[in-house]
Amino acid sequence: MSLSHPSPIRKAKNTAAMAAMGLALVVALIPLVSILWTVILKGAKDFNAYFLTHSMRNVAEQQDSGGAYHAILGTLEQVGIAAAITIPLSLLVAIYLVEYGRGRLAQAVTFFVDVMMGLPSIVAGLFILSFWILGLGYQVSGFAASLALLILMMPVAIRSTEEMLRLVSPALREASYALGVPKWRTIVKVVLPTALPGIVTGMMLGIARIMGETAPVLLLVGAANSINGNPFSDPQGSLPLFVFNESQNSLQAAIDRGWAAALTLIIIVMLLNLFARLIAWWKAPAAAR
Amino acid sequence: MSSDTPPVLAEPEGQAPEPVRARSALTEKAGLGDRAFAGSARAAAVFILVIMAAIAGFLIYQAVNAISQDKVNFLTSFAWDPDGNNTNGVPTFGIAAIAWGTLVTSVVGVLLGAPVAIGVALFITQYVPRKLGSFFGYIVDLLAAVPSVVYGLWGLLVLDRHMSGVSKLIEDVLGWIPMFKTNGTYGSSMFTAGVVLAIMILPIVAAISREIYKQTPREQIEAAYALGATKWEMIRLAVLPYGRSGVTSAVILGFGRALGETIAVAMVLTTVPGLVTRILQPGGNTIAANIAVQFGEAFTTGRQALIASGLVLFLMTLIVNYVARLVIRRSTNKAGA
Amino acid sequence: MAKRIDVSGLSAYYGSVRAIEDISLTVEPRTVTAFIGPSGCGKSTVLRTLNRMHEVIPGTRVEGKVMLDDVDLYGAGIDPVAVRRTIGMVFQRPNPFPTMSIYENVAAGLRLNGVRGKSDTDGIVEQSLRGANLWNEVKDRLNKPGMGLSGGQQQRLCIARAIAVSPDVLLMDEPCSALDPISTLAIEDLIAQLKNEYTIVIVTHNMQQAARVSDRTAFFNIEGTGKPGKLIEIDDTPRIFANPSQRATEDYITGRFG
Repeated sequence: MSLSHPSPIRKAKNTAAMAAMGLALVVALIPLVSILWTVILKGAKDFNAYFLTHSMRNVAEQQDSGGAYHAILGTLEQVGIAAAITIPLSLLVAIYLVEYGRGRLAQAVTFFVDVMMGLPSIVAGLFILSFWILGLGYQVSGFAASLALLILMMPVAIRSTEEMLRLVSPALREASYALGVPKWRTIVKVVLPTALPGIVTGMMLGIARIMGETAPVLLLVGAANSINGNPFSDPQGSLPLFVFNESQNSLQAAIDRGWAAALTLIIIVMLLNLFARLIAWWKAPAAAR
Repeated sequence: MSSDTPPVLAEPEGQAPEPVRARSALTEKAGLGDRAFAGSARAAAVFILVIMAAIAGFLIYQAVNAISQDKVNFLTSFAWDPDGNNTNGVPTFGIAAIAWGTLVTSVVGVLLGAPVAIGVALFITQYVPRKLGSFFGYIVDLLAAVPSVVYGLWGLLVLDRHMSGVSKLIEDVLGWIPMFKTNGTYGSSMFTAGVVLAIMILPIVAAISREIYKQTPREQIEAAYALGATKWEMIRLAVLPYGRSGVTSAVILGFGRALGETIAVAMVLTTVPGLVTRILQPGGNTIAANIAVQFGEAFTTGRQALIASGLVLFLMTLIVNYVARLVIRRSTNKAGA
Repeated sequence: MAKRIDVSGLSAYYGSVRAIEDISLTVEPRTVTAFIGPSGCGKSTVLRTLNRMHEVIPGTRVEGKVMLDDVDLYGAGIDPVAVRRTIGMVFQRPNPFPTMSIYENVAAGLRLNGVRGKSDTDGIVEQSLRGANLWNEVKDRLNKPGMGLSGGQQQRLCIARAIAVSPDVLLMDEPCSALDPISTLAIEDLIAQLKNEYTIVIVTHNMQQAARVSDRTAFFNIEGTGKPGKLIEIDDTPRIFANPSQRATEDYITGRFG
C-alpha cells in the first residue's frame, strides 16, 4: 500500500480528461474570436460616418458607395416599438403570475409562455404574416416586423421578470403589509424597486436578442433601400436584413457593405449586452449583502 | 383616503378615541386601487392568451387552405412547387425533403456542439477558480449574443472555405458510407450548416449545463474524494450523474434551437430541390431556410404552403421542447420520491 | 393608543388543515404578553391572526372573534389593510426594505400609505428612531441604506418603522431569534420602554426572555403532529413560571419536553 500517487493509468486518465475539457474551451473560443476578428477587420473598410448617415437610395449594387442609415433607422424604430409594447405588457403579465395568479388562467398563461419560449423566429414571422398581412389585409411595414419581434421578446421578458419578482423575499412583502400598505402599493413601491435591476437586465437582453433577428423581419418589412421614417406604412429598411441581402450578392462592393453593416449590428448588440450585464453586476453586491 | 378620516396615527395622544371613529378607520375602503391594479394585470394575461389564440387560428386556417390544394401528399412528397411553376399551375409540394434536411443538419449540430459545450461547462465549473470560471462563462455567453445573420455571413464567407479540406478528409476516411460520399465538390453543404448550428447552440447548452454542474452537492463531491478518487473519477462519480438529466434536457433544448434556425442556414446552404442524402457536398435544405429562400418568389398558394411548412416546424420544436421538459420532470420526481 | 385585545373561539386553517383550535384569551392594554410553546404549536399563527396577516397566505381561513376594544377585526366591512395599520408587526428576521435609506425605511409606513408633508415626516422619523433607541447611532447617516446596519440595528430599525405609523398594538414574532445576545438585550430593554405606550404581544422560543420581558404569559401546545395547536393556559408571568396550574405547562417550563 502506497501513499504516494494513484496508479499511472488513473493518473494519465485524469490528465487526459482535464486536457480534453480545456481543449473544448479553446475550440469554443475559436469561432468567437474568428467571428469578431473578421467582422471588425472586414467591416472596418466601409464603416465610417458616410456609411452610418446615408441610405442605399439610387446606389447601384456594384457601386462602392451607399450606407446603412435607412436600415439602422428602421431597425431602431421596429425594435423600439416592439420594446415599448412588450415592456409594460410583460411587466403586468409577470406581476399577475407572481402576485395574483392562481388556478386555470395562470396555468394557461404559463403554458403559453413556455410554448412561445421555444418558438423558432421564422415561425413568429409566419404568425404575423398570416394574421396581420394575409388575414387582416395590411401591407408590409416596419410595424408588422415590430409585431413579430414583440412575440419573440414577450416570453423572454415575462420569464425573466417573473424570476426577478420571485426572488424578492416574501418577508419584504409581509413587512409592507404589516404597515397597512395595500397590495398594489406594496407591489409598485416595494417589490418592483427591489427587483428593478434584474428586470432591466432581462429587458435589455430581450431587446438585444430581437435586435439581431433577421428571419421574421425578412417576411414582413419589405426591405426598402430608401429612408422611410414611418414604421406604419410602406416598406422599411432593417439592419440584419441589410446584412443578409448584401451577402446574397457576389459583387465585392455589396459584400463590403454587408460586413460593415454586420459590424454596426454587432456593436449595437454587444453594447446592449454589456450595459445589461453591467447593471446586473453593479447592483448585485447590494442585493447579496 | 378622505380628509374626514385622517390616518390613525394622527389621533391625539392620551385621549380615548370614540368607538365610532375607530370603526370608520378600520372599515375605510382602500380596495379600489387594489382592484384596479389586479384587474389590469389580469387583463394583460388574458390579452396575450387571446392574441395567441387568434394567431394560431389564422395560421392553421392558411395552412389548411394550402394543404387542401396540394395535389401530392404533403407529408411524404419531396417536391416543393406550391405555385405550380413547372406543372402548369398545379400545386405540388411536400415537406419530406426539407424535414429530412432539418433533422440532418440539427443532428450534426448537436453531435458536434453538445460534447464541446459539456466539456466547456465541466472545465469552467470543476477545473478553474470560481472567478476565472465566471469570466470564461461570460465570454462563451458572448457567442449567444452574436446575431444569426452574422453567423451566416461568417459561415458563408469564412468558415465554408475551411470546410472543404475537412470534408475531403472525412470522405477519404469514411467515404465507404454512402452518406459521406461526394461528387468531388465540397462545402455549402449540410455538414457546413451543421457546424454553424453546433457553434450557435454551444453557448445555450454550455450555460445550462454550467448552472447544473455548479449545483452538485458538496457532500457527493467529498464522498467521492474520500474514496480516493482522482478529480476525473470524482467527476464521473459525482458531477456527471448529478447533472445527467438536466444536461440531457439542455442538449435537447439545443436541438430544438437548431431545428428552427433560419437565416444562418439559408446563407450557408446551396439549396437544391429534392432529397439530398450526401451531407458533405453542396446541397440540402431545411424547413426554416426554405421559407426564407422561397418567400420572395412565392404567390398566394406559395405563401400559404410556406405557412403550412412553418406549422410543421413549430410542431417539431414543440415536441422536442416538451421532451426536454419531460426529462427534467421525471428526474425531479425521482429525486423527490 | 394602547388597546385591549379580546380573542374568543378563534380557529385558523391552512387549506383544510386546522392550525389552531378554539383559542380564547385577553391581552390587556400597556402590557407585554408572551406566547410560548413548542415548535409548531401555533403561537405564531395566533399572533398573525391578530393583525390579519394570516390571510396573506393563499388558502387560509379564520373562524372566531378578535375584538380590538369594541371592534371585531373579522367583522363585516373591516378592511384588513386598515387593521394592519392599527396593529404593527415586527418579524423574526430583520427585514428593512433594501432599496430604501434608513430615513425612508422609517417613513415607509407613512409614504407608502400616501401621507405627504416633509416637516412632520422628519419629526415622526426622529421620534420613532428615538423610540427604538436607534437615533444616536444613525442620526448622522439617515440617507445610508438600511441594509448597511448590523442585525440588531436592523431589527430596531424595523421596530422604528412599525411604531412610526403610531399603531395601537405591536406584535413581535420571535424578534430576537436571529440576533446575538447583546442585540437581544437592547431589544428587550426597548420592549420594556415601549410597553408604556403600546400593547405588546411577543412570540418567543426563549423562556428566559418571556420571564424577563412579559407581564403575562400564554402557553400553547399540540397533542401531536397534524393536530391543531391549543391554548393551555394564560396567566401572570411569575405565576406561570413558579406555579402553573396545568401539568403540561410545568413539564414544558422545567424542560421535560419541547
